[in-house]
Amino acid sequence: MSDQHFEPVIIGFTCNWCSYRAADLAGTARVKYAPNVRLIRLMCSGRLDPTFVIKAFASGADGVLITGCHPGECHYIEQNYKAMRRYLLLRRVLTQMGIEPERIKLVWASAAEGVKLAGEINAFVDDVRALGPLHWMHESALHQEDELHTTHSHASEAMAVEVPA
Amino acid sequence: MTSKPKFAMYWASSCGGCEIAVLNIGEKILDVDANFDVVFWPVAMDAKYKDVEALEDGAITLTLFNGGMRTDENADMARLLRRKSKILVSFGSCACEGCIPGLANLSSVKDIFDAAYASVSTDNPNNLRPRSDCAVPEGQIHIPVFSQLVRTLDQVVAVDYYIPGCPPESHQIAAVIDVVIKALHGEAELPPAGATIGAGVSTCCDECPRARNVKTIKAFVRIQDVEKIDPSLCLLEQGIPCNGPATRSGCGALCPKVSAQCIGCYGPAEGVIDFGARLISAYASVIDSNDPAEIERILDGIPDPVGQVYRFNLAKSLLQAARPAWAK
Repeated sequence: MSDQHFEPVIIGFTCNWCSYRAADLAGTARVKYAPNVRLIRLMCSGRLDPTFVIKAFASGADGVLITGCHPGECHYIEQNYKAMRRYLLLRRVLTQMGIEPERIKLVWASAAEGVKLAGEINAFVDDVRALGPLHWMHESALHQEDELHTTHSHASEAMAVEVPA
Repeated sequence: MTSKPKFAMYWASSCGGCEIAVLNIGEKILDVDANFDVVFWPVAMDAKYKDVEALEDGAITLTLFNGGMRTDENADMARLLRRKSKILVSFGSCACEGCIPGLANLSSVKDIFDAAYASVSTDNPNNLRPRSDCAVPEGQIHIPVFSQLVRTLDQVVAVDYYIPGCPPESHQIAAVIDVVIKALHGEAELPPAGATIGAGVSTCCDECPRARNVKTIKAFVRIQDVEKIDPSLCLLEQGIPCNGPATRSGCGALCPKVSAQCIGCYGPAEGVIDFGARLISAYASVIDSNDPAEIERILDGIPDPVGQVYRFNLAKSLLQAARPAWAK
């Protein structure tokens, strides 16, 4: 399963108020972390719709990292708790779909924890690399032989039929 | 031979409930007869596939297609009827999103066949399995090939309209047929192509008369384990996993009105990309705990998460099928 030079693709969702700044801090402090993670800034981990995570996996991500403020420190009072609950239920659904629970990770990181966040990213990248590629199948890849019918019929045109008086 | 517009209805991988729902429109069915020539409708009249093949392309004005794509025959019929139809309607939950048969996308074909032909309740001493091609003294027999996945109609051919529901409500079907007939006579405009018709745009909750407050729950319970259901309070607030928050309106909240949870048969509401993801959000938000261990205990109250949040929608979800089903 494991490719010789497999580099996992990780999508990381960060909170504007903490983990995004932690990643920024890591950069300014020249703390290195694995380039496998593509960070996407949200205003809050509570903005993380589970759709984003599922879409990331369906589109080819090997792992998804969700980061937010420490419990009790949410800029919007308690949305990071909601993120945690969604994460726990989402992980159960993904496991049932055959996606290892280790491919999704929730990390709390304050704006001051650049070093911690870098360490968590590196550890996660290593874990996902060890799991190997996910390569979620796509309809097109599986059914290349039956091409999608591309001739759309247009309903407006369809009504141009003769109706007996 | 009259020159009335032609009508067809076909069932692929489905239960037949959609056909019953169409017949349930009552005397409106006479309007169908008055305005259309029914050229192909296996449940109601005798016609052969070759009769459809003999028609000119685009000869059928309106085809209601129900059922998912489980076999190559289903997909072949979808392509044939697409070619022959001006308006192809994805009719009912199976065609639109895979419905209950779509849950087979959790398993490999081998596991499905093992369950059907080799489980303890099956008397099959020679371990016989269906074969798509088989020679018998009378000649060669071909039976449809079981596909790797259940697919929706629009994953195989282009579709003009969607009518959701398991089955679609008869009054909604009647309203759609009314519009089509009016459009035929130039008295009404057809909805824009690709639209979901015969349903609302909001959620089931919008049609539900139950009282909704701030939802905070300490446990999920299966409805059969609830001794007494409060008749006027939101079911989700009573800890019963109700799929209303993600489900398209249009049925009139039939199930919650009689104290049964919405199971999501009308499919995703307008704007919902992934039905299950929306429900994960909804369920997680009502849990009244910030302690991971306690949250896990509460989530144990949903023993089959995929079956709960993708009951009708797995084949149309972003992930579409579980990993074992993808394996070659």
